[in-house]
Amino acid sequence: MSKAPAVKKRSAWKKFYESYKAYLYLAPAILVMLVFVLYPLVKVFRMGFYTKYNYLTEVGKGFGLKAFEHVLGDPSFQLALKNTLIIFGVGLPISLIIALVIAVLINSKVKFKGVFQTVYFLPYVTSIIAIGIVFRWLFHSEYGYINYFLSLFGIPALKWLSDPKLAIWAVTIFYIWSGLAFKIVLFLAGLQKIDEQYYQAARIDGASKLRTFFHVTLPLLSPTLWMVIMVSVIYAFKLYNEIFSLFSGQAGPANSAITVVYYIYDMFYNRNQVHYASAAAIILFIIITVVTMIQNQVSKRFIHYN
Amino acid sequence: MKKKNKLPGQLGTLLKYAFLIAGALTMLFPFLWMILTAFKTLDESIRIPPIWFPKEWMAVNFKTVFDTAPFGQYFINTCIIATISTLLAVVVTVLASFAFSVLEFKGKKFWFWLFLSTMMVPTELLIIQNYVTVSHLGWLDTYQGIIIPTLASGFYIYMLREYFMQVPPILYKAAKIDGCSDWRYLWKVMVPMSKNAIATISILHFITTWNSFLWPLMVTNSPDKRVLTTGLMYFNNDASSFVNLQMAGACVVILPMVVFYLIFRKQIINGVARGGIKG
Repeated sequence: MSKAPAVKKRSAWKKFYESYKAYLYLAPAILVMLVFVLYPLVKVFRMGFYTKYNYLTEVGKGFGLKAFEHVLGDPSFQLALKNTLIIFGVGLPISLIIALVIAVLINSKVKFKGVFQTVYFLPYVTSIIAIGIVFRWLFHSEYGYINYFLSLFGIPALKWLSDPKLAIWAVTIFYIWSGLAFKIVLFLAGLQKIDEQYYQAARIDGASKLRTFFHVTLPLLSPTLWMVIMVSVIYAFKLYNEIFSLFSGQAGPANSAITVVYYIYDMFYNRNQVHYASAAAIILFIIITVVTMIQNQVSKRFIHYN
Repeated sequence: MKKKNKLPGQLGTLLKYAFLIAGALTMLFPFLWMILTAFKTLDESIRIPPIWFPKEWMAVNFKTVFDTAPFGQYFINTCIIATISTLLAVVVTVLASFAFSVLEFKGKKFWFWLFLSTMMVPTELLIIQNYVTVSHLGWLDTYQGIIIPTLASGFYIYMLREYFMQVPPILYKAAKIDGCSDWRYLWKVMVPMSKNAIATISILHFITTWNSFLWPLMVTNSPDKRVLTTGLMYFNNDASSFVNLQMAGACVVILPMVVFYLIFRKQIINGVARGGIKG
């Protein structure tokens, strides 16, 4: 680097030196970010628009929407989107309600609060891959506990993991179980932020517990609720480990439990169709960006902050 | 009058505890079943109706697991990778957060915005090109191939910067007047004052790395570089019908994190509640 004459432009030199020093502190983070986040991001956007790709030579050709057409018309990808819709049309509301009820109960005057909190949060630190293998056996059609439990109510054994119609429901149940921890902890944190005064006011007005919940707790919890919903929606789109472990590396019987990320991985890693994988990844990125933008808009306009 | 009011109250309390306990058991059940089955014989583990406890505690199952697959090696690999990754991630984060909170320089706003934007990018999007990059660097089947791409987290930088901003700027000025260098100031003042935040980041990153699966799966081929999660997956394909052995393997992956969790419970829960990150 050329050294500027220090006498004349002392302050300019000092500024440059300060900046230069700051960049030394930033260098490791910037380097990793550029090489492993920004560059692949740009590259994936380029690759998604290739019309032809040769994996062996790693050369892509052309520029067009052909890859997108292929992916969007691919029944596997459509199924992946449909499965995602099932998960957050059914799994997400159920897990939100359960998590909310449990968080409210833990937050009320309850003994062994810490114990409950510890137990409910346990799945969060657990490898989805490892506990998924446990669930694979719990779902087992002959020896599994879930069917045994259902049989106590006279329900015949279900082929959770080998029936293509049931597979995505097994995933949904597993998703509800494994996602509760995160939601409960965030709801608890949100509930603890609500000022006790609001409850006192409600009590003085003689509001019932249910009314208090719907007219005091829920509105004041809405920022947390909304944030959890958005994070969960994004997570639902990225569901992958759950599938991999439940079906030992497959996407369920006849690919029936495929998800978007599984589709990307499979296209890239097993089929070497980089341009299709990239196009699917871009679609995922667009969906997530739209969800994030909706989140920002809605939380600016409609959410109560206390 | 009084009696009438008290009874529904008691019933409510009873229902409340019933619900909480039932939920807690549902959460715990897979873990308990995993541990108990890991000690059963194969015959006991697939009996119908299921039996709870093994007649004889078959600790030998664990020995079989370690003999069949190099779980010892997987364990060491995972420990090394998680530890080094955590140390490096913390250093990278501390340095960057320091620049973004205390130092003044051209392009500060731009770079900070760029790091914030990366928080939005799903890592699943990046694996395609990162796999190619890592293989070009000759890093397939190496520790650095698994570790380095995960080191720059916009989220951690954002979080630690918030903490660093809370350190009164007057301290920095005073340190400057006393002739203290930035480097010394960072490690002697800033870091000790933010040690809780740094601990939280370390713990969360350690757990994430320990449980990470897709990336290590992609960049490792040889068995001696596998981590616990990927090793367990391969082991399960080999021991496909030996549920007791599979559960022993799952124990080896899960239980260290459970112990870790019980030790650092407060930091983990607070960290997640603050950041609102998943997985």
